[in-house]
Amino acid sequence: MNKPSDSAAPDFRNRDIKTIVNAGLKRRHAAERRFRWYGLIAISLGLAFVALMFGNIISKGYPAFWQTYVQLPIRFDPTVIDPEGHHDPKAIESADYAALVRAGLRDLFPAVQGRTELRALYDLVSSDAAYELRSRVIANPALIGTSQEVWLLASATVDTLVKGNIDRTLDETERPIKDNQVGWIDKLQASGKIEKQFNTILFTGGDSREPEQAGIRGALMGSFYTLLITFLLSFPMGVATAVYLEEFAPKNRWTDLIEVNINNLAAVPSIVFGLLGLAVFINFFGLPRSAPLVGGLVLSLMTLPVIIIAGRAALTSVPPSIREAALGMGASKLQMVGHHVLPLAMPGMLTGAIIGMARALGESAPLLMIGMVAFIVDVPKGLMDPATVLPVQIYLWADLPERAFVERTSAAIMVLLAFMVLMNGLAIILRKRFERRW
Amino acid sequence: MSTTTIEIKTALDTMLKPNPHVGKQSSVEVTDYNNRQTVGKITVDHPKMICRGVNVYYGEKHALKNVGIDIGANEVIAFIGPSGCGKSTFLRCLNRMNDTIPVCRVVGQIKLDNDDIYDKSIDVVQLRARVGMVFQKPNPFPKSIYENVAYGPRIHGMVNTKPELDDLVRASLERAGLIKEVEKRLEEPGTSLSGGQQQRLCIARAIAVDPEVILMDEPCSALDPIATAKIEELIDELREKYTIVIVTHSMQQAARVSQRTAYFHLGDLIEVGETDQIFTNPKHKLTEDYITGRFG
Ligand SMILES: Nc1ncnc2c1ncn2[C@@H]1O[C@H](COP(=O)(O)OP(=O)(O)OP(=O)(O)O)[C@@H](O)[C@H]1O
Ligand SMILES: [Mg+2]
Repeated sequence: MNKPSDSAAPDFRNRDIKTIVNAGLKRRHAAERRFRWYGLIAISLGLAFVALMFGNIISKGYPAFWQTYVQLPIRFDPTVIDPEGHHDPKAIESADYAALVRAGLRDLFPAVQGRTELRALYDLVSSDAAYELRSRVIANPALIGTSQEVWLLASATVDTLVKGNIDRTLDETERPIKDNQVGWIDKLQASGKIEKQFNTILFTGGDSREPEQAGIRGALMGSFYTLLITFLLSFPMGVATAVYLEEFAPKNRWTDLIEVNINNLAAVPSIVFGLLGLAVFINFFGLPRSAPLVGGLVLSLMTLPVIIIAGRAALTSVPPSIREAALGMGASKLQMVGHHVLPLAMPGMLTGAIIGMARALGESAPLLMIGMVAFIVDVPKGLMDPATVLPVQIYLWADLPERAFVERTSAAIMVLLAFMVLMNGLAIILRKRFERRW
Repeated sequence: MSTTTIEIKTALDTMLKPNPHVGKQSSVEVTDYNNRQTVGKITVDHPKMICRGVNVYYGEKHALKNVGIDIGANEVIAFIGPSGCGKSTFLRCLNRMNDTIPVCRVVGQIKLDNDDIYDKSIDVVQLRARVGMVFQKPNPFPKSIYENVAYGPRIHGMVNTKPELDDLVRASLERAGLIKEVEKRLEEPGTSLSGGQQQRLCIARAIAVDPEVILMDEPCSALDPIATAKIEELIDELREKYTIVIVTHSMQQAARVSQRTAYFHLGDLIEVGETDQIFTNPKHKLTEDYITGRFG
């Protein structure tokens, strides 16, 4: 340690640099500590807002995943279902199943008399109950003539009351449910004939005017078809554009112009793309309104610049030494790109694409312009069927006053967020997988 | 393309001038440089490559001025000179790697055997298969060791079957003196090797396509003395089969591996000669200054 050269160094200089550094050290450390605090505060604030948002949405939305059902004694009366006795499927299909439901309700409350009273009683059960009975009978005609205890969907008001979202102390006229109905519900609850079950309709049903029958299946399928088109169009085109601009295009005024325009395009408000889509795809090319195909085309326009920009960034981040190595071996430019640069840039490109897709998934404004905002009950079965998408469904439901829709709005938001998380997770997994290979 | 006849003269006039490289730019200098002569014998008996009147411009910058030199078959020729004098620039002219730099413009004639490599009829792909390159920083592909070596033969379609390719890969690794170290781990990524091993992998990759000339740009600058010694040994062996052009900052290295040496200075080729002669008896003042360590 004590080499002669060390001791030969003048002592005062050593101390000098030490004291100089030490004098400033405190300030430097303080600055560092301060910066860390700023960072911590910023992160906590961000997390707090996220927690607040999630807490709010989840607390509002989770009841929507359960739905109230009423157990009714149903007599599958042959005189109602199949009066002719021919077992004719057509007749069975068009029978008056609502009458069976009404009979079941009357059986439970034989004391109820009079038109208005009875109508109030019938209102306890959703109109979906009749469809449910019909599908059961069609699936199993042996039911005809038997008596069964059947769980049927309660109406939305019953559901709201059971979930405790109606103030019973209010005057009868000020709440959506009458005193006598409350009494019947209490009676049913006391006898265990009311139950909350997992809300499968939310995931299997299309939109509906009746909140208890409304589901997000239609919107999900609409989003799926729309995003499918978006991905199929924008990813290959975006990657090809990025590769061409980054690796092949000469650097001149034209490519500069194109670059500026692409960057501008990424900043254009999305609604403008909607207007463009309306003018070009629908009015000029005559494609159908409300179709996922048009939605996908519009969202591709919007996603394309994002993918191009991310793709170019990913390409530039590939070290030039790899390019030189490939070219030095006598690879052609296309081979250099295809064998080396593109595979290395792929993780970055995929990340960019998935971020673009996540943005497209959450987009509603441009789709409003091309008519994907219509009230559509049927679940779309193809690219040309009228459809809506998840965020637009949320927008539609958020406008409705019924408590049950408020709940569903939050539930739909939860589903949307879940998909976003899923997509981001996918991005991370893909990236990891690609990274491991090289 | 202008072919300038290079006269070989003493550089007395150059030495008498103060220092022509300091001061004025462009037009005045260009005429000046057109008259510049290289000291020593630039021609050889069995040339592999012949370069005449090579000028390189990076945009406005005149980086290489009227360089003329022969590169002999099966010789190792070293390019030396201070930083920024254009050694790499000239080296990259020899396999047209400068084509990848948009601002770079090459004027003059470079022949490989009898083909003008800047002629339109010559494809760079073919040229680079004949003139391989090893770079300053080891740059193996981020793929397996096997794939690294197999890449060249594969893209050029040199082999048809997998066993043939296996043999070629092993033979190349063997010639590069790497086979013992990597025999058991051919499937591991090339980037997992040490720096010296990576550089030898790059050499194996270059010789796998059996080029005629190998260009090496400071191949040992990132390596320790032992790895350097191995590569120098390798260069000596490779000389039997290939012509090798090496850029180096180490004069000992140039002295050890090369038969001829060329000294560059600020874009000029100042002196060319037998390595022994350059290092023991330089004819030009600038060369002498450089090799005696007076500057650079
Ligand atoms: N891509 C480029 N664009 C513009 N100028 C360049 C470029 N590459 C090199 N130059 C210039 O050309 C001159 C010669 O560069 P070159 O890389 O050939 O030097 P060198 O002799 O290899 O130096 P070193 O020993 O430091 O590697 C330098 O002045 C350099 O600034
Ligand atoms: Mg260099």
